[in-house]
Amino acid sequence: MGEFKVHRVRFFDYMPSAIRAMAFNRQMERLAVARADGAVEIFNFADNYFQEKVIPGRDGRAVEALCWVSGRLFSAGLDGAITEYDLENLRPRYSMDAYGGPIWTLSSNSQGTLLAAGCEDGTVKIFEVLQDRVQFQRNLDRQKGRIVSLCWHPSGGQIAVGMMDMLRIFDTQTGHATQRMLVERGLGASKSREVVVWSVAFLSDHTVISGDSAGKVQIWDGLTGTLIQTHLVSKWDVLVLSISQDESSAMAGTSEGTVVQFQFISSTVGQQDRQWVRTRTFKNHSHDVRALVHTDTAVVSGGMDTQLVVRPLLDKVEKNTQESALRKIAFPHRSLVSCAKKAGLLLFQFPDHLEVWRLGESDGNGAPWESLPVKRKPEKLIQLKRKGEDHICCSTLSPCGGWLAYSTICSVHLYRLQLSSNNISIQKVSKLPRELRSVHQLSFSSDSSRLFASSSLSSVVMVTLDQTEIKHIHTFRHQSGSKQPVHILSPSEDGQWLAAANTDGEIHVFDLQKKTLHCSVPTYSSCPTAVSVHPSGCSLVSVHADHQIFEFSLKQKEFTQWSRQLQRRGLHPLWLQRDTPITGVTFNPRNPAQILLHDTFMFCIIDQSLPLPEERTKLYNQALLRSLPQTQRPRESHAFKIFKNFQHLLCVALMEDRSLVVVERPLLDIMSQLPAPVRQKKFAT
Amino acid sequence: MAALCEGYTLCGLVPALNQLKSEIQGIEEERDCDHVIVTDSTRSVTLYKVSDQKPLGSWTVKQGQTLTCPAVYNRETNEYVAVSDNKVVRIWKEDDIVLDKACKAAVSADVRMVHCPHGGEPVVLFQGGAVRQLDALLSAPQQPIEEVLVQEETIRWSASIVAETQQLIIFTTELKGDHFLYLQRVNPNSVQRYRLEPEGPGLSPLSFSASYRDKNICLLYLYPKGHVYQSLVSVRVPPADEGAPAVPLPRHHLLSLPVGGQLLEAASAISLDDAHIAVVGVPHPSAGPGKDFLCIWNTNFQTLQAAKEMAGKLYGQLWCYSSKLFIPHGKTLSVVPFACPRSSLASALGKLKQLKTEETKPPTLVPSWNAVFHGEKAAPPKPVESRKTRTTRKTQSAPSLTTDQVQELIKTAPAEEVQKEVESLLSRQELQDLQPSLGQLALSLVSRSLADPAFYSSSTLTQLVHTQCLSHSVCPDLLPLALEKKDYFLCQLCLQFFPDIPEAVTCSCLKAFISLPDADAEKLSLEPDSVSFMEMLISSEHAQAGLQNGFSPTSCKEDGTDAIDGPQTKAKEKEKAPPQQMCPLGSHKAALINEVLQTAYSETFLLPHLKDLSSDHVVLFLQYLEFLYLRYSTDSFPQTHGYRSPTLNQIMDWVCMLLDAHFTVLVMTPVVKSLLLNFQHFVRSQVRLFSELGKIEGSLQELNNMKRTKDVGQYSIEIIELY
Repeated sequence: MGEFKVHRVRFFDYMPSAIRAMAFNRQMERLAVARADGAVEIFNFADNYFQEKVIPGRDGRAVEALCWVSGRLFSAGLDGAITEYDLENLRPRYSMDAYGGPIWTLSSNSQGTLLAAGCEDGTVKIFEVLQDRVQFQRNLDRQKGRIVSLCWHPSGGQIAVGMMDMLRIFDTQTGHATQRMLVERGLGASKSREVVVWSVAFLSDHTVISGDSAGKVQIWDGLTGTLIQTHLVSKWDVLVLSISQDESSAMAGTSEGTVVQFQFISSTVGQQDRQWVRTRTFKNHSHDVRALVHTDTAVVSGGMDTQLVVRPLLDKVEKNTQESALRKIAFPHRSLVSCAKKAGLLLFQFPDHLEVWRLGESDGNGAPWESLPVKRKPEKLIQLKRKGEDHICCSTLSPCGGWLAYSTICSVHLYRLQLSSNNISIQKVSKLPRELRSVHQLSFSSDSSRLFASSSLSSVVMVTLDQTEIKHIHTFRHQSGSKQPVHILSPSEDGQWLAAANTDGEIHVFDLQKKTLHCSVPTYSSCPTAVSVHPSGCSLVSVHADHQIFEFSLKQKEFTQWSRQLQRRGLHPLWLQRDTPITGVTFNPRNPAQILLHDTFMFCIIDQSLPLPEERTKLYNQALLRSLPQTQRPRESHAFKIFKNFQHLLCVALMEDRSLVVVERPLLDIMSQLPAPVRQKKFAT
Repeated sequence: MAALCEGYTLCGLVPALNQLKSEIQGIEEERDCDHVIVTDSTRSVTLYKVSDQKPLGSWTVKQGQTLTCPAVYNRETNEYVAVSDNKVVRIWKEDDIVLDKACKAAVSADVRMVHCPHGGEPVVLFQGGAVRQLDALLSAPQQPIEEVLVQEETIRWSASIVAETQQLIIFTTELKGDHFLYLQRVNPNSVQRYRLEPEGPGLSPLSFSASYRDKNICLLYLYPKGHVYQSLVSVRVPPADEGAPAVPLPRHHLLSLPVGGQLLEAASAISLDDAHIAVVGVPHPSAGPGKDFLCIWNTNFQTLQAAKEMAGKLYGQLWCYSSKLFIPHGKTLSVVPFACPRSSLASALGKLKQLKTEETKPPTLVPSWNAVFHGEKAAPPKPVESRKTRTTRKTQSAPSLTTDQVQELIKTAPAEEVQKEVESLLSRQELQDLQPSLGQLALSLVSRSLADPAFYSSSTLTQLVHTQCLSHSVCPDLLPLALEKKDYFLCQLCLQFFPDIPEAVTCSCLKAFISLPDADAEKLSLEPDSVSFMEMLISSEHAQAGLQNGFSPTSCKEDGTDAIDGPQTKAKEKEKAPPQQMCPLGSHKAALINEVLQTAYSETFLLPHLKDLSSDHVVLFLQYLEFLYLRYSTDSFPQTHGYRSPTLNQIMDWVCMLLDAHFTVLVMTPVVKSLLLNFQHFVRSQVRLFSELGKIEGSLQELNNMKRTKDVGQYSIEIIELY
């Protein structure tokens, strides 16, 4: 059916950052994840764990704690500031110094009125959460030694605090410490090292659970300040604890990469004397587990090895369903690669710099399944360091390879490139229109004459690019009232349309000639993860986080026949069971009926002219077809041609010369760049 | 496992005034095991038929008189003997209605007890310790009775035993806290006096029980702290000098019963057989206080084998006649039948049934030719289910005998009848229920066969062994008997089913099997599967010609002989090599030896016995083992044939043991040289194989790596095709 010359690229040294902190909002079912570089990501657990939003980090911002207060997200870090994020414009709303030195922990009371921050100077600072800011209220009694962890009692009347070598309980009314509980140090050499209480939990029955650097999980009676139980769970540190909402289960994350579950159960069936019993151990990480969230059905963990792991608790979910599958989220759900189709260039986005590469070349053609000799090696043409402290949030390269644009949360940078064979020049465009200031997504038109940028309030700014002048033409707005950021911009090949999708799930199509909103695609419950307009300009294909595929006719403003047929027939179960979202959709210019899609583990060509696969047919049938003689293939083939030889895909793009570029980033390469994990005694080592 | 059966009430009791003793003074066996006479503490003697729970007759002395010793029954004369008011001996027959009209005689001293053991004459024991035969006493009732005991020495307990021809009276006395045992021989009279070791101040034995066993009198006594001691007194010790000081009686601590810190008040222990004792009045180890139990303890394994809670107060009285315990409790006298089969350690621990036998005998899907041609008769034992269905059919027709009756039958009846009855017994009852009695059946069969050389019922024993309920420790004489009778089929079954055959016996089997002439062996009818396995092994030897696993005899010969041997010897050996493949034994003999190979053993215990084999036998055995090894190591040999067969490991272990046991002999014997060389070749070829494998390990690893890491590097241009 189709032969492709594939540029298999593995030189994108993408390195995700370690996970530092997590907070889960049970009402919104959103998980906020803070990484070591200061970036904050929002995952929608109700929508197939889709990574909805990414707030880029900033040099010097080290987030130590995240905290949701009703729909608002706060963070605190070692820079000593409390930050609230603007989740609509994907930037910090404000930052406020707490004046207590580095902040190790931040937690709100269950009423959502107060924030408590544990500081290096030994104070617990209470902040009042106001409508548009937080206001310092008072300090609790200052202690000697830093406050490493804290937890409110659900009533809000007390706070349990983890420090060096001890735990304390404060009365929030008086601000005085009411209990002091000494934590035993480790044995042997670590006897002389003070023990850090990394995490503490305070239950409504006044039980205090602590996890410390000596590897212990201890259970205390908070009323009397007495130790009830000690569980030694690790030779190294217990870094984080998380309690289920009904307080019947606790998780502890350790430096060994394990997550240990404790459950509050009676030792014999039918008796009332319940106690905390160590039950299960999960090992899904190779490195420290730094952040842990106990949702109702799963334990979500993250740490040094950069992967977010959702491990369903099999007693809480139905077995053998999609919900019961383990999920590891290792790659971002957006593209960090952009491709200049005509020029054969690749742009790689890193938090602090950009790289432009030219693809290699080979001689002539070869038979399928052969590697061609590389005549010219790929070369890195430009490495561009960003300006300022803010990390890069988006970047793009024009199809002709003549323009490069990137954006941080506060500014957009545009460069003019000249890349003849031996003369490379890059020139910054200095004067940009006012409208291009804070953008979330950038895209060039196919003829490279326009730049589109998604801006605040879901608007899209269009500027024209000229050798002499950059002019703001129009700002497209829609009337739906959604303020969510636009995360996908897709201009059509013919320059007629621009599709913009926001995280509310809306897809708006603007007419670029008339500069009006052409139509809005009916909103689907799941967020679009990839949108593209057909080169002919007649239809739009959107793929959503729940793996559904829609084709919308721009002429008739309704779903096409094929899309309806697909919905009627339903997608193949195996297709729906994939656990990474489709992050790219393109079309094959040679064959207008072919749609190219890819997720992390496969790429797929959907041929709309072929029959859709039935539920019982084999979805992954490429190997079977390959083994059949030519004449029998049509009988077996169906619309979904899934190719799984390339793994850990960050980008699949079709170039002008009809060759395919796949950018892979093998997980092993990422793992090999991680620091060594804590030493564990293995047998015979 | 000993078991207490469901008990039943023999008679009611009038609550005694004395709370420590029941109103029962004594129970004696009457004419047979189903009749007892019960003497109550006041005035009456009652004869009961036990199985009917019915009194057959009752005799009472006049008001004002009391019976002072339990009535006994003289089987010789069918007379009852009792003593009233200490001095009047009364003798009557069953048809005497009024006791006062029967014969009576007043004697000059107080009578302690009248004893009349089985096979003995009635003997009267006076309170002063003197003993008279009843006949002698009656001939001159007023004869003077000497005082044997000193003042204040009182008799606590007495019994009479017939040891071979000698009748003995045993009694214990107490004198100022010391306890003595008197062994009084009757006719010729002589007395021995022993002193019981003191247990502690104020502690006197609660109960005694004496039995005659292995030419010794075995005395069992229980102390209030729960200690049970056993003393053996030889019957044949020449009488010591009169007036010699009492010899201390050696004792041996048999069992410590759990008493829970308290001292026992009224308790009694009697010995049931050499391994079991019945105890009453001792608290059950796991039940709370205030509950009264009748328990059977195994003294060999110190385990509680059976227990039964008895309602009402126990008086610490217990009698035992022919597998029935008589126990007064509360307001009743109950009879509790019991069974104490010979127990092995395995059964004491509850693991007699070995899983191994089931495991090594996977169900064969191929129909057995035997089943097809000979019907069910020769077929291997059916599983329990089918037997159960047969049961229901049979019970309706055949008049059924109980296990006890069958056991009685075994003692006398001809072999055919025994066989018939055992067969019907086996088919009637569930094996689980029969298990305790099967051992006894086998035991009595074996002892009959040993005693009566003409009697030998092979098929009955075979059937019993087939139940897989027996083990060697339950019936230790069975396998030697089978060997002696040359019943090799039975031997084979025993080797197959007994999990606990001692190495000495295994070795004697081996010896017998090896020395069996092949011609005789072929006539034997053995287990068909084992023979057909051997036939398959022997017949396929001609067909196979290929390479063996890691060892090719010819090629190895060529390069195996190194510089030590010259080229000439090499050539010689080549000529010798081929006939090694013949099986040195006939299939039947080999089948028998295979069973030996499969028994469990411990090397340390087996080795000394192996040394007894003659060198010819060793050579033959080694040749056979070599043959087996060669057959097993051929690739063509189907390892999963479903037959019970020795494993390669077992074969190699035996080879090693044989070589160890007879190393010097083998080295000196010229005939064996080639055999030893062959063994050396096996070993060497194996070593070579492993070293070669070690060499190519690296390359194999490399292959693995090549397959996995098809490294694409940082960049490549490929052509793919989608279909």
